Amino acid sequence: MTSTDTERIVRAHGGGGEMMGRLIREHIVAALGNPRLNTLLDSAVLDWSGGPVVFTTDSYVVQPLFFPGGDIGRLAVCGTCNDLAVMGATPVALSLGIIVEEGLELSVFDRVLASVAAAADEAGVSVVTGDTKVIERGRGDGLYLNTAGVGSIHSGANTDPKRIAAGDAILVNGTIGDHGIAVMSARNDLEFETPVVSDAAPLNGMIAVLLDAGVKIRFMRDATRGGLAGVLVDITEQSGLSVEIEEHLLPRRPATLAAAEMLGFDLLSVANEGKVVIVVAAEDAERCLKLLRGHAHGKDAARIGRLADTQPALVELITAGGGRRVVQRPYGEELPRIC
Amino acid sequence: MNRQVEQLAATLNCEADRLRHRVVFMEVCGTHTVSIFRHGLRAMLPASVGLVSGPGCPVCVTAQRHIDAAIELSRQEGVVIATYGDMIRVPGRSGSLEKQRGLGADVRVVQSTRSALELARRNPDREVVFIAVGFETTAPATAVAVLDACRDGVTNFSILPAHKLVVPAMVALLASEDVRLDGFLCPGHVSVVIGAQAYRPVVKRFNMPCVVAGFEPANILAGLIALARQAADGEARLENVYSAVVTDEGNRVACTLLDEVFEPVDTVWRALGSIPDSGLALRPKYARFDALTRFEIVPGEDEDHPACRCGEVITGRTTPDQCALFGADCTPLTPFGPCMVSSEGTCSAWYKYERHGATKGRKGNRQ
Repeated sequence: MTSTDTERIVRAHGGGGEMMGRLIREHIVAALGNPRLNTLLDSAVLDWSGGPVVFTTDSYVVQPLFFPGGDIGRLAVCGTCNDLAVMGATPVALSLGIIVEEGLELSVFDRVLASVAAAADEAGVSVVTGDTKVIERGRGDGLYLNTAGVGSIHSGANTDPKRIAAGDAILVNGTIGDHGIAVMSARNDLEFETPVVSDAAPLNGMIAVLLDAGVKIRFMRDATRGGLAGVLVDITEQSGLSVEIEEHLLPRRPATLAAAEMLGFDLLSVANEGKVVIVVAAEDAERCLKLLRGHAHGKDAARIGRLADTQPALVELITAGGGRRVVQRPYGEELPRIC
Repeated sequence: MNRQVEQLAATLNCEADRLRHRVVFMEVCGTHTVSIFRHGLRAMLPASVGLVSGPGCPVCVTAQRHIDAAIELSRQEGVVIATYGDMIRVPGRSGSLEKQRGLGADVRVVQSTRSALELARRNPDREVVFIAVGFETTAPATAVAVLDACRDGVTNFSILPAHKLVVPAMVALLASEDVRLDGFLCPGHVSVVIGAQAYRPVVKRFNMPCVVAGFEPANILAGLIALARQAADGEARLENVYSAVVTDEGNRVACTLLDEVFEPVDTVWRALGSIPDSGLALRPKYARFDALTRFEIVPGEDEDHPACRCGEVITGRTTPDQCALFGADCTPLTPFGPCMVSSEGTCSAWYKYERHGATKGRKGNRQ
């Protein structure tokens, strides 16, 4: 076996020579190939029909690389597609930046690429350009990904926190906290009776259904790090209005809730990768909810609360027992409790 | 709304109506504190029932000298520190374990002692030191790790012993002249291990109502009802409203493990000082697993920030909002004391759930 036949990433895979060419052709293009990517030019040429372009980027450093319900590849595609989708945009093309650590098994690399391809297919978007760097062993966690995405904005999209008004309804498309707990369980080697699975999913298809139907969405945001709490606090800060949510209306999987209780986490602050918070006028809420529930990624959608013109502008939770408490965005990394 | 919780809140209000004066109960345990805040129970309490937090947050009561010792250990060549989560943020005299990690120390957050021991097994060329904090809930797992390491001949594993026992701290609190309480809401998790009977000396010696409760809103309210009823009737009894989980005698296996590996010693608690027989030291036959001995580290004296009132908070002498640092200089991002660091800390709970003080519909009944 020569060094070029190794089953692990070596520095030469990033050296710009024949080994790098083979890595790109035999692994990356093999997994993600499409007419634009296959040209392997310095940039991809996109046809643009005019109108505003939405452009975003995000980097992914999750550990472990694979967790129940997903992996770093699926996250990288879903995260960027969702960042576009919550702006009311349809993803058109993605770039994929790969930073891989010397020593990573090529089989792992290929599994991640296959996952990128599957998620991109699910989202209806292509990876059209990219970049690969190999870093010295010990300088990374195996694999980091960056995805940038461009999208065309839907003609019916007009989301702006300034349009939020008192009385508006707050919806979420399904159960909260599943992704954060799934990653935490994989990271800490925790086994739960009922496994908690990440919710990572591209939401652009579901959001397009709402926009196509003419639902007047005032504001949308995907509830990633910082969880539902983070988005609700953003809504309060940007609109100047109070948010009131009701605990008994929150969609939560019993297994996720039990795991969060065990670890001492508040599910409101736990990360999601397939959940969007939607603010609509109260009269639009039921129709929006029905449309959401008709989509695979929104079958557990719920109306969880409302905007109110009370001051000071706070996010408040009415607990299942009828109590009230303030909800704030988490401060830094959440850590499991001790006992 | 949860009908059961609603009915229990109504019952608590009825019992409170019978009280001849305002009473103050202490929830000893940090998990109780957070549960009370998170479920919005404070807003449901009658005005005549006050709650104060006690010394039951493992991070909050760990003396600064133990944090400093952990930091000193993290600076040793070849040492891997394995610790439960919140401990990495608690400031010692020269920063925190988190800061040390930023400076290059190998500090790993683990979820169990099993993971810490596994780290030692996988890194035979490194010395793994587990920061052994917590009460009777976490101490049996530490005992198991020591026994496993002993049995398997793992020589690169040791612990920084900083476990504490709850009942001696409750006794020390009641023995303080300036602490006035009308009852204890006793911790559920600790009681699983030590058993409800462990609080009987507290009831007898101090004529103090003690009620063991779990962490669900309904169970906490049931515990408060039992305490309010005793207070109204002028009685002091031991009750257990968490009997589905907590037995009278506790978990004998866990207690036997503790007894095999540890022996009670006087230890220093943050703010409470040295309390007789309130800590756990390794018995001589396991002394080689003591990191302080192995690395010849002598914990120094505590030098807490002069304006920080964490000590008064965890003894129920004051509330976080009475501290000049609270919410201004001291926040979860810039904590001065452990009560703002720990996810179970009272200051942290106040800041997260109560900071604005203007929560609508609140009856405002905390002492």
